[in-house]
Amino acid sequence: MIEIKEYYRAKSVEEAYEKLMNVEGAEIIGSGAFMRLSSRKINLAIDLQEAGLNYVKIENNEIRIGGATTLGEIEKNEIIKESFNGELVKALQAIWSVQLRNIATIGGTVFPRLGFSDLITVLLALNTDIVLYNNGRMPLEVFLEEKIRKDIIVELIIKKENRKLSFQYMRNSFYDFSILNAAVSVDENKDFRIAIGARPGVASLAKKAMGYLKENDDIEEGAKIAAEEMTYGSNIKGSKEYREMIAPVLVRRGLEEVLK
Amino acid sequence: MKEVKSSIKKVDGYGLVSGKPVYTDDLAPKNSLVVKILRSPHAFAKIKNIDTTKAEQLDGVECILTYKNVPRNIFTRAGQGYPEPSPYDKYILDEYVRYVGDEVAVVAARDEYTAEKALELLEVEYEILEPVLDFEKSKGSKSIIHPEKDYQSESFVSSDPKNNIAATYEMSIGDIEKEIENSDVVVKDRFYTQAQAHVMMEPHAAYSYMDMQGRLVVVTSTQVPFHVRRILARALGLPIKKIRVIKPRVGGGFGGKQAIHGEPYVALVTLKTGKPAKVYYTRKEVFESTYTRHPMRFDVTIGADKDGRIKVIDVRGLSDTGAYGEHALTTFMVAGSKVLPMYNKVKAVRFGGDVVYTNHPPAGAFRGYGAIQANFAIESAMDMLAYKLNMDPVKLREINMIRENETSPIFKIMGEGREGVDMIVRSCKLDECVEKGAKKIDWENKFKTKKEGKKVKGVGMAIAMQGSGIAKIDMGAATLKLNEDGSFNLLIGATDIGTGSDTILSQIAAEVLNVPTENIIPYSSDTDVTPFDVGAYASSTTYVSGNAVRKAAEKMKEEIIKAGAEYFEVPVEEVEFDGKEIKTKDNKITLQKLAEILYYNENQKQLSATGSYVGEESPPPFMAGYAEVEVDIETGKIDLLNYVAVVDCGTPINPNLAKVQVEGGLAQGIGMAMYEEVKYDKNGRLLTNNLLNYKIPSRVDIKNLEVELVDSYEPTGPFGAKSVGEIGIDTPPAAIANAIYNAVGVRIKDLPITPEKVLKALKNK
Amino acid sequence: MKIALTINNVKKEVEISPSEFLLDVLRRLDYMSVKKGCDTGTCGVCTVLMDGKPVLSCSVLAASADGHEITTIEGLSEDPEFKAISNALLEEGADQCGFCSPGLILNVYAMKKELKNPSEEDMKKYLVGNLCRCTGYVPQMRAIKKYFEVKA
Repeated sequence: MIEIKEYYRAKSVEEAYEKLMNVEGAEIIGSGAFMRLSSRKINLAIDLQEAGLNYVKIENNEIRIGGATTLGEIEKNEIIKESFNGELVKALQAIWSVQLRNIATIGGTVFPRLGFSDLITVLLALNTDIVLYNNGRMPLEVFLEEKIRKDIIVELIIKKENRKLSFQYMRNSFYDFSILNAAVSVDENKDFRIAIGARPGVASLAKKAMGYLKENDDIEEGAKIAAEEMTYGSNIKGSKEYREMIAPVLVRRGLEEVLK
Repeated sequence: MKEVKSSIKKVDGYGLVSGKPVYTDDLAPKNSLVVKILRSPHAFAKIKNIDTTKAEQLDGVECILTYKNVPRNIFTRAGQGYPEPSPYDKYILDEYVRYVGDEVAVVAARDEYTAEKALELLEVEYEILEPVLDFEKSKGSKSIIHPEKDYQSESFVSSDPKNNIAATYEMSIGDIEKEIENSDVVVKDRFYTQAQAHVMMEPHAAYSYMDMQGRLVVVTSTQVPFHVRRILARALGLPIKKIRVIKPRVGGGFGGKQAIHGEPYVALVTLKTGKPAKVYYTRKEVFESTYTRHPMRFDVTIGADKDGRIKVIDVRGLSDTGAYGEHALTTFMVAGSKVLPMYNKVKAVRFGGDVVYTNHPPAGAFRGYGAIQANFAIESAMDMLAYKLNMDPVKLREINMIRENETSPIFKIMGEGREGVDMIVRSCKLDECVEKGAKKIDWENKFKTKKEGKKVKGVGMAIAMQGSGIAKIDMGAATLKLNEDGSFNLLIGATDIGTGSDTILSQIAAEVLNVPTENIIPYSSDTDVTPFDVGAYASSTTYVSGNAVRKAAEKMKEEIIKAGAEYFEVPVEEVEFDGKEIKTKDNKITLQKLAEILYYNENQKQLSATGSYVGEESPPPFMAGYAEVEVDIETGKIDLLNYVAVVDCGTPINPNLAKVQVEGGLAQGIGMAMYEEVKYDKNGRLLTNNLLNYKIPSRVDIKNLEVELVDSYEPTGPFGAKSVGEIGIDTPPAAIANAIYNAVGVRIKDLPITPEKVLKALKNK
Repeated sequence: MKIALTINNVKKEVEISPSEFLLDVLRRLDYMSVKKGCDTGTCGVCTVLMDGKPVLSCSVLAASADGHEITTIEGLSEDPEFKAISNALLEEGADQCGFCSPGLILNVYAMKKELKNPSEEDMKKYLVGNLCRCTGYVPQMRAIKKYFEVKA
């Protein structure tokens, strides 16, 4: 059962943060997507829809996406459509359903650092920074490793490098979470970024493989290195062994696609 | 034929698509108490104590039920014929809880919030018992799941609760061992099917209230209103006449609503408080606490001569009925009786095994009902036999399958729970189904195509049969009533659960009376108002209830002619009725005018007619299913590119609705074949208990389904019709497994066939 | 707390609890076309339009819908697009149990406004969040394709 004592619609991030820190049992909520999955008691639910975090814009060759922007708004945005060979839009459109993307916000999707997230994998493979109200700006990969519990995602900043992106995922049914996902991108300087997620842990960068591919052309080997530098586990969607088997395949396919 | 064989729109269609309040929960009185159920966190436990004090003190709580204050009448939830073939092994609430999700206590409160709060305040002390979680180890286990003294079953059900056996069955024809020995080629293997969930879109729902005569009225989303009335009467200890059951529109059933679920709880709350009460299951409750398809294991042995003539089929089965024995015996028997007769030329055939209890959620009725489980095993084994013989699997079927005007001894030996009925298959276009399907999928080329590359295509096929109602058991009745404007009310106990049976039955009445279907006003089903009908299951409605409607309409026609004869004062032989007018040689009067006169002016009387029908036989529909898959050999991912289904369901009354039955059945069978995985944790808790983790096929997964109905006529059916409700589900598991084998040479013998299983099998090849 | 919703063009002030979801509030207000199917944002039978966009009402806190415009099937009964979609479904026999129909129709309605000349694959992906267990989707897709063809 979800029990919310009080609801508050913040008019600014400052105000939201102040409430979050000063009210015990306060939480930032998205719209409420997937909230019913667990029983929770929230003393103060802070809604950010009017806090001015609803935008997609380009500044200084960086794409800036406000933390309360819904995935639906992002996928329909012209800037996003024109970037990264359209693959970011395709990746977004593979997330659950239109109806859910119209309510799930990017901040609400990234902040909990959920293992099954497809979006985090993709954002990692792009060069993404995250701006937190209190902890400031940091690369997404740093955020994923920090244990920040109480803060607010103000915006995500994707560097508008001329990256070619490929998002690969393994699902049995299309309408499901990925059993494993991988995202690969490369820029003109052959600077690769490779992320593997849903292992079932949250995505991380395959740094060894990224280094290897800077110097070498052997994609097959690069994919193998990427797969091997990660750890895998079993959960309801698939076993550790299966994930280990398909990880090099997904990465290799991603590499092939971005080098096409 | 004007009104039948016509794809008219569903009579209730507009109301449904425009979102009218027609389902159970939409109709519940606003002041209904909200009923919530506390469920067991343990797979097997004895309740040592329940302290309800704190919950009772919560403002707004009106009634709390535990095993201490409810009637203790043992019953079965399963809605089947009577005497009941399922063992009596269930109480409304018991001191034992037998699976994670079993009912512990019931709370009724003024709103949902209060009811949920009250559940949290119930204090239960359990003595945890050792659960049986592996059905292959259940028989004779030290843990006895049903130790209750008043456990009982009918004499034809060989239950043995001390050994955790809900039912056993054995049959044998011919000398099995000798025929195996004399076979040139023998295939022997083991297959498993899983506990599929129905996932009807509308969860189980019911509400109840007392009528002004002090009778209990239960409105419920059910497939079997008359069985619900009978079971409730037994469980509550009330006379049948004190109960009325009403079925509004139902949001899907597939067998999942062929039993009672929340009905006794709302009923008891209403009986105790005098107030309306309602229950609406959460999806988690639907998954954990209703029931599933029986998981089964089969050991199949098939022997044939070198020319592919099958001499012997031996099937040893084991079925897991979970914590309660609902449909335990009957689903198991159907696994034999609705598959084995397809190969009617064998010299010896044997089928038998046990249905065991476990501490998993109960199993029960589900479209396909045993047939789909055994079809997967036997049709997979047939494919293996074909490869072993180096024979085209299509040809193997053609040599051995049943044909029109043939019979099988199994029809007589195996019924549902009891002996069956001898019959000759008067309509069987299985040969045509096989031939047409092969052409449509381009079998000849695709079967033999060289398999290479990283994504490999393959084709596979399977054949299937089902029944049309349960012969000599399932009964349906219909009443037609003439209105003063010449229209007719059609009162039917048959239960439209979304299938369109109200429409189809109206078409049958209209055809007999030669009136437009729009002049027939169907109403289903209300135990106070409509005549008896066993309900929507066993592929029975079009055939059984349809025949009842046909008979009622024929009688009504006679009544109209009789009334016309009286009006014109001539013998009935001189009167004709053409649907519009009642005519003699010299006179005529419109039906509408005659009706008006009958009700207002002369010789006043109501014209009505009732027809009942029980099938003397259960003519099987047949089909051939062909699957084309593409397997990604690097990930094991299977894409089902195309599924061709050619079906003999007799003459369809409404071709559109018949086709949709097949399409829906196929998708559900595809789900069982490829997506619907069931997982428990080590303590027996269901992990796949929501739609995030239990995946039914999505719109994107279903690529291309091609359904064709062949031209066929069943002489015993209404206007040549047989059933079509279940047959569509049966072939996908085997056909898809066979197609994967054709593509990449691995055979998956346990469902569902997931990418993980395929890839692991490929690596171990 | 009190919220203001515009439901099918009618402004309503509603007293709610902050714990309530939009779905439960709509049903309480007798918009019974909005169904409850899965509790986990998956099945799509609770789909409504919020400011014209399809959303899952089971996953929107009623409080966060404050100030927004909600459309349910009840509000579209006179809309020609609704009539065309529903008629296409009825003609194919694609309305079986009907429980998923209102949500599906609302999503088709939104899809029509959003996508220009979608392929069948585009349509399937757009509608993937509307589960159906009766039809195998095939007759629904036949109907929806026809509706798009006629209108295009």
